[in-house]
Amino acid sequence: MAMSDQEIQEGLAEIVDEVAGVPADQVTPDKTFVDDLDIDSLSMVEIAVAAQDKFGVEIPDDQLKDLKTVQDVIDYVKRTAAA
Amino acid sequence: MRQTEGTAGARILSFGGYQPARVVTNDELAATVDTNDEWIRSRVGIASRRIAAPDETVADMAVNAGGKALAASGLSAEDIDLVIVATCTPEAQIPNTAATVARRLGISAPGAYDMNAACAGFCYALANASDAVRTGTARNVLVIGAEKLSQWIDWTDRSTCIIFADGAGAVVVSPVTDPDEAGIGPVVWGSAGDMADKIYIPDRNGFIIQEGQAVFRWATTALHPVAKEACRRAGVDPTELAAFVPHQANLRIVEAIARKIGAPQALVADDIVTAGNTSSASIPLALARMLERGEIPSGAPVLVLGFGAGICYAGQVIKVP
Repeated sequence: MAMSDQEIQEGLAEIVDEVAGVPADQVTPDKTFVDDLDIDSLSMVEIAVAAQDKFGVEIPDDQLKDLKTVQDVIDYVKRTAAA
Repeated sequence: MRQTEGTAGARILSFGGYQPARVVTNDELAATVDTNDEWIRSRVGIASRRIAAPDETVADMAVNAGGKALAASGLSAEDIDLVIVATCTPEAQIPNTAATVARRLGISAPGAYDMNAACAGFCYALANASDAVRTGTARNVLVIGAEKLSQWIDWTDRSTCIIFADGAGAVVVSPVTDPDEAGIGPVVWGSAGDMADKIYIPDRNGFIIQEGQAVFRWATTALHPVAKEACRRAGVDPTELAAFVPHQANLRIVEAIARKIGAPQALVADDIVTAGNTSSASIPLALARMLERGEIPSGAPVLVLGFGAGICYAGQVIKVP
């Protein structure tokens, strides 16, 4: 039931598209949310909330601020889901 | 012992709104604090807000909005026997605002109280008014949301001074003889006192402090179930709503909740763009302006949803006059 990087990335891309209107194909692991994808802090909160629904992983505000890139979120989801 | 005789239900007869004359633009704020028009528009959705004159009181604004609602209702001052003012910014702890407002409107000796549920205040007061009319405790009720938030803002705090504003909105609530004509649905309300420290004024000389991100997260996750439950309890499917008029807290919150309630056809209130966040005044003020512009047909179901400091929240479906 463990999710692969690819699955998380695809799920995350859908969320980012829905919340911020960023096309899913731009949501690649090395992208930063703020600088590359132009996503602000409030949209990040919406993404965290949607990620919780989709992946069953809670991302509190104090953790969220450290998740800078798409890969950071993938790693966080994997790490927390496995815990 | 004897009890009051109830009525078949309650409805809203009329709306009235009031905004202070002074328009404060984002550029004007950017001249004194480190912010800019683009940032404010994209983060909170506000282009300009109204700020009361230094000598303009909460009661002045309440009288203005309440007077308009009363005039539009077709009732006279002596028909009103209860006045509720929802406010979290009264001029004084005592006397309350409601009794003063009633006297100034020529309403003789009504029941009169202020009610503080912050930005949820209007929906709480509307529920109180509806119940008072239904149970026969009151015949006709004047409900007013009025705020002068500008006097509780630190004008050097760019996280709050760009958001909050002043204004008032009012409705007249009256009984119906046929239950089918009832126009105020069951309220769904609640609170989350564990989040009391997310929006507060620390002391009587203090200013509003808000933890914006925590409030945003709460509002965008906790409120759409409340909204849907209010629809369910009123027997109105969200797809039937003509409009969704939530508290004008932040346009991003408004839009996020709207996306989640499943009412794609509903007109979503965006009064915050030119009114700012006026707390308990925002819902009746937005509705008064939308009705004035003819944006909602008479008798159409509208979902109202208040939420804010406390945390307190409340929502109900209403039919607009």
